[in-house]
Amino acid sequence: MKFSESWLREWVNPAISRDQLSHQITMAGLEVDGIDAVAAEFNGVVVGEVVECAQHPDADKLRVTKVNVGGEALLDIVCGAANCRLGLKVAVATVGAVLPGDFKIKKAKLRGQPSEGMLCSFSELGIDIESDGIIELPADAPIGTDIREYLDLNDAVIDVDLTSNRADCLGMAGLAREVGVLNRAEVSEPRWDAVSPSISDSINIKLDAADACPRYLGRVVRNVNVAAQTPEWMKEKLRRSGIRSIDPIVDITNFVLVEFGQPMHAFDLAKIDGDIQVRLGKGDEKLILLDGSEITVPADTLVIADSKQPLALAGVFGGEYSGVSADTRDILLECAFFAPLAIMGKARRLGLHTDSSHRFERGVDPELQHKVMDRATRLVLDICGGDAGPVCEAKSDAHLPKAKVIKLRRSKLDKILGHVIPDADVVEILTRLGFAVEGSAGEWQVTTATYRFDMAIEEDLIEEIARIYGYNNIPNKAPIAALKMSDHHEAAISLKKVRSLLVARGFQEAVTYSFVDPKLQQLVHPGQEAMVLPNPISSEMSAMRLSMFTGLLNAVGYNQARQQGRVRLFETGLRFVPDANAESGVRQQAMLGAVIAGPQFDEHWSMDSKTVDFFDLKGDLEAIIGLTVSTSEFSFRRASHSALHPGQCAEILRNDRVIGYIGAVHPTLEKPFGLNGKTIVFELELDALLHAKLPQAQAISRFPANRRDIAVVVDDAVASAELIKIIRKVGGNQLVGVNLFDVYQGKGVEPGKKSLAIALTLQDNTRTLEEKEIAEVVDTVVSALKSEFNASLRD
Amino acid sequence: MQQLTEIVEQALAAIEQATDLKVLDDIRVDYLGKKGRITDMMKLMGTLSAEEKPKFGQAVNDAKQAVQSKLGDQMELFKARELESKLAAEQIDVTLPGRTLENGGLHPVTRTIERIESFFGELGFTVKHGPEIEDDFHNFDALNISEHHPARADHDTFYFNPKVMLRTQTSGVQIRTMETEKPPLRIISPGRVYRNDYDMTHTPMFHQVEGLLVDEHVNFAELKGILHDFLRNFFEEDLQVRFRPSYFPFTEPSAEVDVMGKNGKWLEVLGCGMVHPNVLRSVGIDPEKYSGFAFGMGVERLTMLRYGVNDLRAFFENDLRFLKQFK
Repeated sequence: MKFSESWLREWVNPAISRDQLSHQITMAGLEVDGIDAVAAEFNGVVVGEVVECAQHPDADKLRVTKVNVGGEALLDIVCGAANCRLGLKVAVATVGAVLPGDFKIKKAKLRGQPSEGMLCSFSELGIDIESDGIIELPADAPIGTDIREYLDLNDAVIDVDLTSNRADCLGMAGLAREVGVLNRAEVSEPRWDAVSPSISDSINIKLDAADACPRYLGRVVRNVNVAAQTPEWMKEKLRRSGIRSIDPIVDITNFVLVEFGQPMHAFDLAKIDGDIQVRLGKGDEKLILLDGSEITVPADTLVIADSKQPLALAGVFGGEYSGVSADTRDILLECAFFAPLAIMGKARRLGLHTDSSHRFERGVDPELQHKVMDRATRLVLDICGGDAGPVCEAKSDAHLPKAKVIKLRRSKLDKILGHVIPDADVVEILTRLGFAVEGSAGEWQVTTATYRFDMAIEEDLIEEIARIYGYNNIPNKAPIAALKMSDHHEAAISLKKVRSLLVARGFQEAVTYSFVDPKLQQLVHPGQEAMVLPNPISSEMSAMRLSMFTGLLNAVGYNQARQQGRVRLFETGLRFVPDANAESGVRQQAMLGAVIAGPQFDEHWSMDSKTVDFFDLKGDLEAIIGLTVSTSEFSFRRASHSALHPGQCAEILRNDRVIGYIGAVHPTLEKPFGLNGKTIVFELELDALLHAKLPQAQAISRFPANRRDIAVVVDDAVASAELIKIIRKVGGNQLVGVNLFDVYQGKGVEPGKKSLAIALTLQDNTRTLEEKEIAEVVDTVVSALKSEFNASLRD
Repeated sequence: MQQLTEIVEQALAAIEQATDLKVLDDIRVDYLGKKGRITDMMKLMGTLSAEEKPKFGQAVNDAKQAVQSKLGDQMELFKARELESKLAAEQIDVTLPGRTLENGGLHPVTRTIERIESFFGELGFTVKHGPEIEDDFHNFDALNISEHHPARADHDTFYFNPKVMLRTQTSGVQIRTMETEKPPLRIISPGRVYRNDYDMTHTPMFHQVEGLLVDEHVNFAELKGILHDFLRNFFEEDLQVRFRPSYFPFTEPSAEVDVMGKNGKWLEVLGCGMVHPNVLRSVGIDPEKYSGFAFGMGVERLTMLRYGVNDLRAFFENDLRFLKQFK
């Protein structure tokens, strides 16, 4: 909420500076977001009157004037503004004045005519009012008065970011009350002459939904001149509150809204047919709002209706048909209390948010309506004239909110704050806030105020006491807790450890958005359905990711477009797979993804660098798997994946369950992601990875190990891992090591076949093995390979 | 004997003049080999008398030894020289870069989260995670934000439907933890949160760390204490810190915490408060017996202040030139 400091000071004027005031209310929970001076720094500008105005002899667009600024002589001033005319009251920068931007006014000659000053526009004075030409002051502006004083330009607009609990401060009255509390300063309300009805016209009001509207005031005012001018002081107060002047009736209702925080509405009386009904919508009624939009009133939404139709959306928006127009002569003023629960969410659901709904849904003082109705009527009569009827009220006492009585215990206060605030301070603070305090130390009964909707429970009072006492006057203490050791599991691998390993292997961690471009994701996961945000930031950020791939590939493309050829990135985070059986209809799985592209190494004087391939990333993945110790539980199996190269793609399995994929990115994805050549990715489920086997020490053999190398020729299609598996299976206990150390295709090996060189290491724990035993194991292995894979020994 | 002396002298002279190991070896063969000249001298023994024999034998042995020892010395010398020149030839430019694999680095957001986890971990806080697609009960209702509460409008929520949304805060993890565990509770919960807002100072996804402590005598002074300690550790500086009253539906009293920036302006870094009794009640904890405090901090904001990052969006562009600054 924006408010004018000088308006506030009309209500309450503590002897503190603007900055002190701003700090003070910020520290009371009304956070000041900004302070904007109403005008820029300048001086030497006074009210003057144009007493002569003639065409410049040598310039079409200039006028030569004589201006009275109350001095001994009239000033000669040349002015170029189109609206400069005889008799106009103007803002005159006199010789010696300094205008914003350090612009000094001196005697000058303009096209040969002397000029002793300048007639100013708003923008020349750094005032944020749009207008053409020079400032036109009211005819009664006193000549010679400093313009800063006359237009109250030393004022500032203070913007307070009010939290939603402090509806009581959504008006000057409430802000002033708060400032009064903080400074122990007296608050003086504006005074006006109470209106006594001059006509007897009244209107019947029926409250059909008394819980939603427990009080409704209506008042007829006839013979209103809606063409009257809103006075400058009111326009300016509204402007400094961020509200544009529209017409006098709207301006008056807006003015009391800002003044007291009470929204009002004015109807054209001629458009009302029969009684006023405050009722819920029927579900199918149409209503055209003041902004011209048409809505269908939902059945649970409160309307102000006449005997025929809804006229306004109660507490939210007026209707166009019944609104005040240029033809209006008689009006009905509405000043009501709508219950927060009746308004909350209703406006938002219709895509509406108004100053009125903002206040009603947070809570308007239910005791305020008579006062504000009187204030508004007085302003209407003063500005637009007319004859006021009596105030017609419909109310339901049973439904009107009452000031709450809340018990406050000394024990609870001390327990929550951890600091003892003396009894006298507690009582004094609550009293200052306008609450009535009964009872004595130990337990108080506190009657809160009707305008404090945020007071409901003991803790609310405790916050009020702490807030006014000052949070920063409460000491800082170290928490006290029982020293209980939490459970630790050595076999659980921390994500931190996995991250460290990847960092040590040259990976940078990426964080990509959880929502991705559905078009790109469809290329990666064609046909797979994703969760889609109905109201995304943009369509490129609208689909929840089904894997890490889309985000990581995007990041690769982004970097390669910026001369970063060698990319090693990883990311951890959730993927979101729609699943009717999962909580909220989505499986949210923690994943680890990684991607590499570009050369294996940065260019180096002694290393040959090739472009990365599948086995570079597989090596990184195997290092991660190594953290689990149970590496034998993991395996890789040729597979296919829509995003990956059909010949270079594998499933990652742990205990025969697929936990992820690794492979080269399918070449067709390179262009859409802007990839510069071969890119390798993997992704796996973190939960499946993050548990390890505890080491179980084995005795070390004291006897020598024997190595025998064999080279077998098999079909190209044979998976080497399968071969190794068989060797381990048939090799017996003495076969302690199997290592595939060469893969050969070419001269000497038939096309379609490959030669695998495997080192077998044999050892016994109890003795040195004899040549015969060794040969037996090797033979067993070779014949098993022959029968399983049709392998032949290579000569 | 005369002859022997001459041979020795000749041998020693030859050794002296030898230029390499090969020549030395030739000399050895020439004098000490099976048919060497000194070895040959032994053949003269047969021509000598019994008295002369030992004396002559001794003389030949001495001669052998003299030559051998000289040969040995010279050989050592040559070997040393040879090694020296070999080593000299093996000299390298030690300033050339090694065959390294450049370390990667953690994302700065993770780095901050890990630091926060370690500060609170030392105080017995355990780390909890929760779902990011959340239901309205955990994201709002249980946090005392009813369906039409104006605070819901402040959140710019990404809804999938009225019941399901991207979480707007990590506070839901408080609820999930309290649903399954009983006090005393000490948890922190880092993670991604989402708000429908995108400009210079907002990204639609960012990170928070939520903290919760529930025990029998937890109070506001302690909340202030722990957060002061945290901020002092985080910035490793005694920054000016202020607690400012604020409003969150799930805490009462509530505060926002500002630190004084280098530019002399207050910057909000934290929201916190005493857990609202309605929240405790919603998970079956008796607010008369237990009290708690909760706090939530914006990770990106803290990271920006700590490392001088000026543009929030840099966190999610994943530009290696940015990321590589965090080793």
